[in-house]
Amino acid sequence: MLGPGVSWYLGIAAFLFGIGALGVLLRRNPLIVLLSLEIMLNGSNLALIAFSRQHGNGDGQIFALAVMAVAASEVVVGLGLIVSLNRKRLALDVDKLSTLRG
Amino acid sequence: MIVAADAGNILTWIVWVGAAFACLASGVAVVTFRNPFYSALALIGNLGSLAVLYLLLSAEFVAAAQVLVYAGAVMVMFLFVIAYIGHRFETPWAGGPTWQTVGAVAAAAAIFIEVVVAVGLKAGGRLSHSEKVDRAFGSPAEIGRLFLTDHLLAFEITSIVLLVAAIGGVILGSHSRAAEEVSA
Repeated sequence: MLGPGVSWYLGIAAFLFGIGALGVLLRRNPLIVLLSLEIMLNGSNLALIAFSRQHGNGDGQIFALAVMAVAASEVVVGLGLIVSLNRKRLALDVDKLSTLRG
Repeated sequence: MIVAADAGNILTWIVWVGAAFACLASGVAVVTFRNPFYSALALIGNLGSLAVLYLLLSAEFVAAAQVLVYAGAVMVMFLFVIAYIGHRFETPWAGGPTWQTVGAVAAAAAIFIEVVVAVGLKAGGRLSHSEKVDRAFGSPAEIGRLFLTDHLLAFEITSIVLLVAAIGGVILGSHSRAAEEVSA
């Protein structure tokens, strides 16, 4: 394989996962929490595709596509929740949303 | 011949360094920008540079799907919702770092270091060389063959997941509208 080896890609993937986890833990706006979740999923996708390339086996790419579909569904439900919160005039702050009662 | 291979290698490294730097910088930007609109725009850059990395790993179909599904559909939905909600900045940090901030940074750094150490210790020597792949690897035809033969169950379950998510989105929308009419 030309260019960098798999370990370089894995370093990028680990950094993306870490920065996404930092965003999920640190930020309080649920929109940015969702965006950071997307970064975490993309980090794992990069690791899957790098290993798929290393072993010359397409199964990792199939897994990455399934992760992509799950991420899309998660965004649909998450954004629906955020729009509902906005309609109820609730504060968009995950620290203040401490009850699950309707 | 050797000179041509070296030139290709250097070119691949240059593209990799550019894409990796853009990827990391836009990832940091998503987490640090205060305006959610700018965060979403930075995430589009992140997804684009990840697609370049996927292309370097000869995953052409996944790169195309990444741009179409993520940067196309998902991010447009994000931007619509952010525009609908309007600018709502987070309240600025009060005072110095709280225990939450310190704990979050420590946890994220621990995840990163743990992954790097675990991968480096367990598989450091075996990651350097890769299998040779043919031209069909990662092409739409190969992905389609895998999806419809070896991974047919995963394919069908993915369709069910998407259907349930669509139903959930409709129910969330209609439920909040009914509650709004009652309260009005």
